[in-house]
Amino acid sequence: MTASSLVSIEDLTVQFRTDRGWTTAIEGVSFDVAEGDCVGVVGESGSGKSVTALSMLRLHARGTSRFARGSVRYGGQDLLRAPERTLRQIRGRDIAMVFQDPMSSLNPVLTICDQISETLCLHQGVSRAAARQRAIELLDLVRIPDASRRVDEYPHRLSGGMRQRVMIAIAIACRPRLLIADEPTTALDVTIQAQILELLRDLRAELGMAVMLISHDLGVIAEFARRVIVMYAGRIVEDAPVDVLFRAPRHPYTEGLMASMPALEGGAGRLYAIPGRIPDADEPIAGCRFGPRCAHVEAICQAAAPELVAIGATHRVRCTPRTRTSGTS
Amino acid sequence: MADDVLVEVRDLDMAFKIKGQRGQPTMLHVLHKLSFDIGRGETLGLVGESGSGKSTAGRILVGLFEPTGGSVKLFGRPITGPERRANLAAVRSRLQFVFQDPHAALNPRLRVGDSIAEPIDIAGTMSRRDRNDRVKELLEMVGLPRDSAERFPHEFSGGQRQRIVIARALALAPAFIVCDEPVSALDVSMQAQIINLLMDLQARFGLSYLFIAHDLAVVRAVTHRVAVMYAGSIVEVAPKDVLYEKPQHPYTQALLDAVPRPDPARVRPQVIGGEVPSLLVPPPGCRFHTRCPHAMPRCRVDIPVLRETGDGRQTACHLYEGPSVIPSAARDLPRSAHGASSAGDPSLRSG
Ligand SMILES: Nc1ncnc2c1ncn2[C@@H]1O[C@H](COP(=O)(O)OP(=O)(O)OP(=O)(O)O)[C@@H](O)[C@H]1O
Ligand SMILES: Nc1ncnc2c1ncn2[C@@H]1O[C@H](COP(=O)(O)OP(=O)(O)OP(=O)(O)O)[C@@H](O)[C@H]1O
Ligand code: SF4
Ligand SMILES: [Mg+2]
Ligand SMILES: [Mg+2]
Repeated sequence: MTASSLVSIEDLTVQFRTDRGWTTAIEGVSFDVAEGDCVGVVGESGSGKSVTALSMLRLHARGTSRFARGSVRYGGQDLLRAPERTLRQIRGRDIAMVFQDPMSSLNPVLTICDQISETLCLHQGVSRAAARQRAIELLDLVRIPDASRRVDEYPHRLSGGMRQRVMIAIAIACRPRLLIADEPTTALDVTIQAQILELLRDLRAELGMAVMLISHDLGVIAEFARRVIVMYAGRIVEDAPVDVLFRAPRHPYTEGLMASMPALEGGAGRLYAIPGRIPDADEPIAGCRFGPRCAHVEAICQAAAPELVAIGATHRVRCTPRTRTSGTS
Repeated sequence: MADDVLVEVRDLDMAFKIKGQRGQPTMLHVLHKLSFDIGRGETLGLVGESGSGKSTAGRILVGLFEPTGGSVKLFGRPITGPERRANLAAVRSRLQFVFQDPHAALNPRLRVGDSIAEPIDIAGTMSRRDRNDRVKELLEMVGLPRDSAERFPHEFSGGQRQRIVIARALALAPAFIVCDEPVSALDVSMQAQIINLLMDLQARFGLSYLFIAHDLAVVRAVTHRVAVMYAGSIVEVAPKDVLYEKPQHPYTQALLDAVPRPDPARVRPQVIGGEVPSLLVPPPGCRFHTRCPHAMPRCRVDIPVLRETGDGRQTACHLYEGPSVIPSAARDLPRSAHGASSAGDPSLRSG
């Protein structure tokens, strides 16, 4: 944990109870989020992005999930082991979250004003009248036109893009130090997505908060993040500054993912396709979990699971052949 | 040439009866005067924001909805008007569709082989033996193991299930397939496999596709021509390279500008503001004028219609009409960042 880290995640390993017993959803996830940082987390479905985010705020149902190993350090405590009361304070006030589907996180029978006030009253003990004024300011801040009228509307009267703006307004109501946005634009149209991403960029600059943006879309990640974490089958496989990752990815999965994306600029004929399919979270695979699909697989890859190895001050890769020649050795 | 037009759509209108504000029925006009052709072996892409009417158009083309106006000809036969039933029956076997969700599209209790053979069984024209041979052949075509026929859908991944759905669509050797968001539910690494499969099948059997998708990069990869829809109308249709390299309609430009690129160094163009208008109370004139950076007084009054603007392109925008505009100046509307310049290749139909 370095001096400037806001949140430090170490060896996070999360399991869920299924009819086959406890299955591992994510394993050995370690990374820091620095103060004011802008981290992108990218990966295909089931790779463990949401489980990682939800674990940071301990939002999984108890009883059906458990932290097998690891810690999430924030402000001198381990959030995985802190009392529930502490977490309730941290959620929303210090670390806030925005999800993909704003409708399911908004209460349909409460006005926008009520929902924003709820957060403000809970954390800041503001009066109702002051909360209303603050709600209007927040709607202005997330660029909702005609905020003083909109504040009294119900969520179903708003478009998907407007609802996501409301969700963001609620999330930033208490000026959190970290905003976690889990696929905040996936359900939106391209032009609306661009508006929301621009809003998040502006707010990050205005409020000086760190943002962790989760997306399966490499384009969104490239345009938003300063640093990118790539996940595959429950593990971090690569972690690098955004320009390095897109210019010179080192993990064969990252390479494959980039090669299989069709380019808007066009290109001839067939696309590159990574062979095979994404394994289930707990599918037994010897050694590297990408091995069965990897174009560069060697015997050593199957002999032991590769570690996430630093190949420079800011670049980590989980691939034995790609990390053995570089670095110390 | 006319023989090579499989799909001919003219002035297509569609309205749904819905419950209005105080519960009384109202008509929701979803499609407005759509016109386009699809040639043999050609893929036409259909893009546009959610609710712009893409799926409705696709469903009309496979006979699932009867339009409220205009005409549709498939294989030269009108499926609108008095001959609708007879003609639909005659072309049905040459017509298929593949929808977005490969999970919902397959009956979980049916073995994969029986799902694939469903259209054959409904047609009832093949012997048991021929049918089973055909199933094996179809599995091979879409790259699934032959023993898949005996298994159930839950044993397959999303990408494999979409292959099963495609195999079923191919069962009666169709000539035209409507693909409505066929890869949207799939991960990037699975998506490339399905796109390649669709292109291989086209090359092999000369299929025509209407390919509906919201991912503009995917659309460029698989189509020959692209139609862009906004609030129920086609605003621009052109050979794909012409459209992507020199988008004419201000909405097409905004749409392409808004697509996030996997290039962190890109200078992002200005983001277009506003939202898609309601279909219940659409704005008068051009439906895009509420968001358009180039809107002129007449845009608020006159509805622009699709017109030929050269290079095999049609655009519905007052900027490209009449002698009051210098076309070359209009075509070089100020737009930022991605300065693609090479002229498009209009001879793409043979792709
Ligand atoms: N509540 C749960 N119970 C059991 N398994 C779960 C639960 N939540 C997640 N998992 C499993 O954990 C793994 C990681 O899931 P996660 O939701 O983090 O993926 P993701 O990367 O967010 O994917 P997506 O892009 O689809 O949102 C998956 O295999 C998933 O099935
Ligand atoms: N059966 C129906 N009854 C009433 N309205 C309908 C019906 N089907 C579609 N609509 C409406 O028609 C409009 C166009 O819908 P359509 O599904 O064609 O859009 P789309 O372009 O395919 O959108 P998406 O990208 O979200 O799939 C929408 O406003 C939709 O609510
Ligand atoms: S017709 Fe007018 S409002 Fe519509 S796109 Fe063209 S310039 Fe813009
Ligand atoms: Mg998720
Ligand atoms: Mg649709």
